Amino acid sequence: MLGLVLLAGLTVVAVTGLLSYAAYDPRLPGNDTTPGKGLLGFYLFDWPTSPAWVYRVTQGAHVILGLTLVPVLLAKLWSVIPKLFDWPPARSLAQAVERVSLLLLVGGAGFQFATGILNIQLFYVFPFSFYPAHLYGAWIFLAALAVHVAVRLPMAIRALRSRDLRRELRTGLAGTRPEPPDPNGLVPVDPAPPTMSRRGLLAFVGGGSVLMFGLSAGQTFDGPLRRTALLAPHGREYGTGPNDFQINKTAASLGVTEADTGDAWRLVLAGAGRALLTRADLLALPLRTYALPIACVEGWSTEQVWTGVRLADLARLAGIPPGAAEVTARSVQRVGYFGQASLNAGQVSDPRSLLALRVNGADLSLDHGYPARIIVPNAPGVHNTKWVRELEFRRERP
Amino acid sequence: MKGDADRPMGRWTRWWTRRRADQEAGRGAGRGAGLWARLYGAGPGHLAGLVVCFAVAGYAATRVVEAGIWLGFAVWFVGAAVFHDLVLWPLYSAADAVLRAPSRQHERPGGRPPLVNHVRVPVALSCLLLLVWFPLVLRGAEPNYVGAVGLSTSPYLARWLWITVALFVVSALLYAVRRRAAGRPGR
Repeated sequence: MLGLVLLAGLTVVAVTGLLSYAAYDPRLPGNDTTPGKGLLGFYLFDWPTSPAWVYRVTQGAHVILGLTLVPVLLAKLWSVIPKLFDWPPARSLAQAVERVSLLLLVGGAGFQFATGILNIQLFYVFPFSFYPAHLYGAWIFLAALAVHVAVRLPMAIRALRSRDLRRELRTGLAGTRPEPPDPNGLVPVDPAPPTMSRRGLLAFVGGGSVLMFGLSAGQTFDGPLRRTALLAPHGREYGTGPNDFQINKTAASLGVTEADTGDAWRLVLAGAGRALLTRADLLALPLRTYALPIACVEGWSTEQVWTGVRLADLARLAGIPPGAAEVTARSVQRVGYFGQASLNAGQVSDPRSLLALRVNGADLSLDHGYPARIIVPNAPGVHNTKWVRELEFRRERP
Repeated sequence: MKGDADRPMGRWTRWWTRRRADQEAGRGAGRGAGLWARLYGAGPGHLAGLVVCFAVAGYAATRVVEAGIWLGFAVWFVGAAVFHDLVLWPLYSAADAVLRAPSRQHERPGGRPPLVNHVRVPVALSCLLLLVWFPLVLRGAEPNYVGAVGLSTSPYLARWLWITVALFVVSALLYAVRRRAAGRPGR
């Protein structure tokens, strides 16, 4: 039962995770955080801009569902503890080989959950970069998971069908009897008297999942639901002003100062030629306003109303026809990851893709990227480069 | 059970069960398969699946080496494999033994309902929240967090404590309800 819940849940977590890797468009210059991925990038595709909410949903599901599965994973590990003390550890060659794969399975699960959970809390205690470790760890885990499912699924289905769920839900502690011995030796030979019924255990684990979900899911919503994210790193309230929404990197932490972004700031627009634009020049161009979500790899998201110049208009101004134009946006920021990000031709030509100057009717605050930032529908948060100093348009490679 | 055979799950399970029984008995593919099963202990599909698993995992491991992070990766991977069995499990088993010890003496048939789950469930759920969110609750993430979010992690400790209080209150209320129900005659 626990195994089948994990199978369904982890499938969603794995698919959304691999989609998130594609969303980073690692094939574009400067975007690849895992240059040594080799064959593991076999499925990459140009990340689309529509529907604008896809990344918000998939990455929110990746993180929140992962958190929700923690109690189920722990309960599963608890339920198979007797296998740890099996002696001899393997009775056949097949069993020995399978146990090696179980090391990859359990280690992979723990590794992926631990690195993910620490990373969303910005607790970088692991001695490696998150991106390659979480990606390569995922493939090791998924390989072991696939073979484990192939070998054990019949047993899981048999176990599930050996008990009627509705009858189990009617059975209290007084009626709870030990499991009959099984051929795999998973059932304790001489169990202590039960202190919890099977329905009680299900409620216990399920309650843990409900608790994890209920205290963190709010960080993917706007409005009053956001306040429910009491134990989630990015569900914080900043205030009620136009710029009072989730910040992911402050200007101060990346060495961006008022001097960099004040009157002396110019946007370098490179393409067929090269031009310098002031913020007033940009404000004089046709401005568009769209409500677009910003969604982070760490699972939080929020929708805001952005006003700015279309990237397509800027591409035209740079002398490259939108539709054939890619762009690399470079930031004023001096330190940290994602000081630049490249966008594909589809992202540049989407009419909702903006170099935003205002948000919710007010000028961007410094922490939200003043004087100008990128906002692209459906792009991962870090690709919406803040404090843009240069836009380099070029023709898409054939 | 009547009608069970018509359910698709029923057919599938029977097929799997039969297939597995055939495999275990080495039937279905002649004497060669029987010899293989005796030597190896499972069907050839079992070995093939595991070989594919090790090939994919091995390739991913070469990428880890290529990224120059193999030592830290290996230490964390093995650590993650044994963390539950060698750290968490002894801890929560010992804690559970302590919790259960006094309650056993109070067990009387027909008496009040056992208290033990009304203590260990809120304790366990509170520990679960701490296990997942300790970098925020115990403020280990504070420097990075302030730099990124622009706010302090200081509210999280109080939030965790209040949630813990709420879990105990709900558990106590449920216990009171169960005890009243158990006390009523003609239950």
